[in-house]
Amino acid sequence: MNDLWDGLAQAFWLIVSFDPDLYEIAWRSLRVTGAALLIACFIALPLAAFLAVQRFRLRRGTIAVLNALMGIPPVVVGLVVYVLLSRSGPLGVLGLLFTPTAMIIAQIVIIVPLIASIAHQSLRDLWAEYHDLLISMNATRPQRIATLLLDGRRALLTAALAGFGRGIGEVGAIMVVGGNIDHATRVMTTAIALETGKGNFALALGLGFILIALSVTINLAIHALSRTETGGRW
Amino acid sequence: MVSALLPLTLAGAAVQRRGKRLIGPIDLVLEGQGVTAVIGPNGAGKSTLLKALHGLERLSAGNISWACPRGDALHRQAFVFQSPVMLRRSVLDNLAYPLRLTGTPRNAARDAAAGWCARIGLAGMEGRRASVLSGGEKQKLALARAMITAPDLLFLDEPSASLDGRATREIEALLRLAVDAGTRIVMATHDMGQARRLARNVVFLRGGMIHEKGTAPEFFDAPTTDAAKAFLAGDIVD
Repeated sequence: MNDLWDGLAQAFWLIVSFDPDLYEIAWRSLRVTGAALLIACFIALPLAAFLAVQRFRLRRGTIAVLNALMGIPPVVVGLVVYVLLSRSGPLGVLGLLFTPTAMIIAQIVIIVPLIASIAHQSLRDLWAEYHDLLISMNATRPQRIATLLLDGRRALLTAALAGFGRGIGEVGAIMVVGGNIDHATRVMTTAIALETGKGNFALALGLGFILIALSVTINLAIHALSRTETGGRW
Repeated sequence: MVSALLPLTLAGAAVQRRGKRLIGPIDLVLEGQGVTAVIGPNGAGKSTLLKALHGLERLSAGNISWACPRGDALHRQAFVFQSPVMLRRSVLDNLAYPLRLTGTPRNAARDAAAGWCARIGLAGMEGRRASVLSGGEKQKLALARAMITAPDLLFLDEPSASLDGRATREIEALLRLAVDAGTRIVMATHDMGQARRLARNVVFLRGGMIHEKGTAPEFFDAPTTDAAKAFLAGDIVD
């Protein structure tokens, strides 16, 4: 119990003392996850809308695979990305291993299925509602997809936030591909893992509390900016 | 004005779903002007016939043809559903949507939508969410959204079902405007009063087949089949 209180005190002190290391790794965490989220949304949301509006032979299988990939172990993703980016791997010449870019790539692989799957659930329901109307209006496939993405934006925000939550709290994959290098690839979660390993439970807990606060703050800010719960049902 | 897409011809058309025949075989030619009322008991295939005419239902047999290529024809038709589907947008954006689909610039589309808002009595509600409108307002909005592109052919599936007298009168006023503007209307309805007021022609469906058809005065004043006579007399017809 003492560790918890010490952790809270450490968290408070790290924040009010403007600890430069804390702000550096917090900022890196946000940058890595923010970039991964942005790219993942560009892939996952149109994919979800496409799966909602388009019927093709392997559609059900694709959706099943997408759902299954939601539970993919991050450390396995990290390992695969590691192999691809390592010097002897096919993308080794890019020299991306142990860089924030490698961490972004790993996070994209992890959160794309999650965002696409959650988004698909909502867009499928919206498509069932819009289907006859949009077909009767002769909307083209890109127009149908654009309409679903625009009108389903609030549900999509939830999917994106779920992706953000998964990304910012991820440790296994980015530890493998990032290497947890101080001032280079260390982020909140890998720092927590490191401090725990060193036995600095109070500092690890403090970082953990700050990570939770950061995640909650970002979620609240996005909800507030998009007025998610103020507009009623659209 | 006679539309370039008419006559619309159904030849031996049938629609089947899961092995069950919903309509057909049906031979029907739509031409001329005014309103054609499609009437008949529940399950007669009225909605399916309208959807088949609009190209929403795939024919399992027979064919459909217009006087112009299919692609052009589908862009000159519009459909209003029995339960109006509202996009999760404002009233103005719902109205502007079909114009935006055809590439009309945003401001021009919104200007036209604002004009239609006033015409259908929704002035001042442009920014309101369409989903919170009353049933009558939603149906008027759905009708205006279908009419905003000035379609040559308009399909209406029971446009005033479950609406009160005032809302029905407003819907009918809009339909008369559309007819005056040269739009050909095909309307499924259970409301015989409405069919008498608006229709120039009547198609009476029973069991997925055309049981009787003719001009409205002929049909209402001197139906030839026993089923049509019974239906008009208010008897239960299967």
